[in-house]
Amino acid sequence: MEHIISLTLENKFGSLSRVAGLFSGRGFNIESLSVAPTLDPSVSMMTIVTSGDDRIIEQIMKQLNKVIDVIKVVDISENEFVERETALIKVHTRPEDRAEALRIADIFRASVLDSSPTSYTIEVTGDVRKVQAIIQLLQPLGIKELVRTGRIAIAREPTRHAQAQPRPLAKAN
Amino acid sequence: MQLTGAEIFLESLKREGVDTLFALPGGVVLKIFDVLHQQKDIRVILTRHEQGAGHMAEGYAKATGKPGVCLITSGPGMTNVITALADAYMDSVPMVCFSGQVPTGMIGNDAFQEADNTGLSRPCTKYNFLVKDVNDLAQTIKEAFYLASTGRPGPVLVDIPKDISMDKGEFHYPKSVSIRGYNPTYDGSKWKIKQAADAIMKSKRPILYIGGGVQHSGASAEVMELAEMTQIPVDMTLMALGAFPGNHPLSLGMLGMHGTYVANMAMHYSDLVIAVGARFDDRVTGKVAEFCPTAKIIHIDIDPTSIRKNIHVDIPIVGDCKRVLIELNNILRATVNGNQREQRKPWWDQLTAWQQEHPLAYTQEPEAQIKPQYLINRLYELTADRDPIVSTDVGQHQMWAAQYFKLKNPLTWLTSGGLGTMGFGFPAAMGAQAAFPGRLVLCIAGDGSIQMNTQELATAVIEKLPVKVFVINNRFHGMVRQWQDLFYEGRYSCSQLGNVPDFVKLAEAYGAAGIRIDKIGDVDAGIQEALAIDRPVFIDVPVYQYENCYPMIPAGGSNHEMLLEDPPDLKKPQSTHQQASQAGSDTVLTA
Ligand SMILES: Cc1cc2nc3c(=O)[nH]c(=O)nc-3n(C[C@H](O)[C@H](O)[C@H](O)COP(=O)(O)OP(=O)(O)OC[C@H]3O[C@@H](n4cnc5c(N)ncnc54)[C@H](O)[C@@H]3O)c2cc1C
Ligand SMILES: Cc1ncc(C[n+]2csc(CCOP(=O)(O)OP(=O)(O)O)c2C)c(N)n1
Ligand SMILES: [Mg+2]
Repeated sequence: MEHIISLTLENKFGSLSRVAGLFSGRGFNIESLSVAPTLDPSVSMMTIVTSGDDRIIEQIMKQLNKVIDVIKVVDISENEFVERETALIKVHTRPEDRAEALRIADIFRASVLDSSPTSYTIEVTGDVRKVQAIIQLLQPLGIKELVRTGRIAIAREPTRHAQAQPRPLAKAN
Repeated sequence: MQLTGAEIFLESLKREGVDTLFALPGGVVLKIFDVLHQQKDIRVILTRHEQGAGHMAEGYAKATGKPGVCLITSGPGMTNVITALADAYMDSVPMVCFSGQVPTGMIGNDAFQEADNTGLSRPCTKYNFLVKDVNDLAQTIKEAFYLASTGRPGPVLVDIPKDISMDKGEFHYPKSVSIRGYNPTYDGSKWKIKQAADAIMKSKRPILYIGGGVQHSGASAEVMELAEMTQIPVDMTLMALGAFPGNHPLSLGMLGMHGTYVANMAMHYSDLVIAVGARFDDRVTGKVAEFCPTAKIIHIDIDPTSIRKNIHVDIPIVGDCKRVLIELNNILRATVNGNQREQRKPWWDQLTAWQQEHPLAYTQEPEAQIKPQYLINRLYELTADRDPIVSTDVGQHQMWAAQYFKLKNPLTWLTSGGLGTMGFGFPAAMGAQAAFPGRLVLCIAGDGSIQMNTQELATAVIEKLPVKVFVINNRFHGMVRQWQDLFYEGRYSCSQLGNVPDFVKLAEAYGAAGIRIDKIGDVDAGIQEALAIDRPVFIDVPVYQYENCYPMIPAGGSNHEMLLEDPPDLKKPQSTHQQASQAGSDTVLTA
């Protein structure tokens, strides 16, 4: 099953390769990975989308915790969360397709960042289904280039009635 | 106080209590070696190969429980030490390795003897550092020793660029460290420990399965108390040997692929496995689906990743095994009642029956070639009162040493388990000897393995490390030949080593002593003679070539299905008489 794991890690030389190397060295899946500094510049947040059965996910969580540069690990997908991904899509447009491309962008509330006589560059942000859907619709027109940020996610704040909160695994090595 | 990086290195090592450094110089570390030359606090042992330096540091660490330290140069120095780092990582050996690096301004330019040391070592170290500012050096060294020796121990690399060793900086050695992403759990959950105690009290057929963690944690006394109080039998992994006395009535010996019959049967038919600092390695579990089919499993380990990695665990306890066992013993002391031996009689009757059914066995005909087991058993008996430290290489001789050398004390067994590194034994023995100059240090080596690091004879002679190396010389990669016998119809592809070198002459060429024991009647006298020499000795023992190591659970087999002797259809030459071991007269088989 797919899991979205959120990592807080030292923003240090080599930290990224320690995490990436763990996944390749132990044969864990990475579907996407995105990383950037937080408000505290000594710390980065990383979102990893991975998949595996319960035993594998348990190992992934424990192995990530064991990485010394990792400060906190949360399986965001265990509870309510919101996720977003941004894609930049350069669509090839023949004259007769240009209106259709704009219409599709409009439906998905995507914006056009750049245009040339034969292409539009469209920016779309949304959850994974939305991004996938617009890509599917634009594909027949001819996608010249596609760049995606990878997914980022954040836990929802509990509403008054909600009990469950994502609990960080106790950090232990 | 303003010091150069090299001086900071020295002062920091002194603060860490380092007394011995295994080292081999090169261009980028010359400044550090220059500083080392002008001091007397730390003994610097020049090795002949960086792999030797690494294994010596491991041997030092395994025998003392303190981090072993080595210092090597950039590029090829670094690539040469990688095997030792990987070995230490697999076996959780505390070790700090310092590597030289090209000057910071040249990193990444393919400079002379540049290698990406942190990149190379990342997957085989617990952590690694590249020092980019001389003012970070002391703090980094403090953190390196802290990480290597706490939690689950392991090797840590500190990469020091040449300019950093020459730059001057303020020296201030931190008193303590805290690393926000690193907080090992030492105390186990009280609730889980209570559950474990309950399970133990309810169990009819419990078994203790102890591992290397007991050595690291110094929990031998606690294991002993637990076992004696509850009369629970003890199985040991290869890494645990010595952590519980091998000759204790509660000891069933080693379990696993080449473990004793009773140790493996006990696991298979147990109703409660109490794993203490052991990691359910595949050499122990055999076929996972059929592992301990009727048992509940308690697992005490300081590293959460060891728990439920291979095997489902019913009562996981994350913590240091010494602390957890103290807690557990406290509960049990208040609960245990009556005669435990009496209550566990049916289980012990069964265990004794298994023990008697298939004890460890071999045959030694009086006039025939020496059997490896015989030699090891005599060595054990003749040195038992001297509490020796014993190292091994990797192969059949290692397994026979594990079976027949019944160690009594923790930190006396130096072997490469996880990586299975041939060539480990000799330098590891030297490292232990450097730590304990007065003690008897034995190395039980294979003729194949020893050839991976014989260059360290020079180090042993010059540094006066009088280790006694018994080369179990079967002119074979014996363990490989055994598998070829059993699974490849006896086609000995690349497992025959021939009768070279002459190990006696080899030792003598370096100024060490060489002895050959090739008659059964000379074994005791030969051993005594070797022990009496106060220099390093190679004792070449030509043995019967075709002996196979049993019991054996074929890889992927189930633990109660052990091979106990050669299958009847196995064709191999009979144990021949003594002359056959003389140079050149081995039958060389071609298939
Ligand atoms: C040729 C060959 C044959 C082999 N055959 C066998 C065999 O028949 N039987 C066998 O047992 N092995 C055998 N081995 C060795 C095997 O490969 C493994 O190395 C070994 O089984 C692992 O031992 P262990 O479980 O004690 O773990 P170790 O590698 O010693 O690991 C120690 C465990 O303890 C934990 N730990 C560390 N410190 C603490 C602490 N303070 N508190 C709590 N936990 C701690 C660690 O996290 C780790 O999980 C063989 C090796 C070779 C080369
Ligand atoms: C560095 C290394 N290379 C290869 C192996 C594979 N291997 C395992 S045991 C063995 C044979 C060891 O021969 P020897 O040292 O003579 O011991 P014996 O089995 O004969 O007692 C080999 C080649 C290994 N463990 N380590
Ligand atoms: Mg051999």
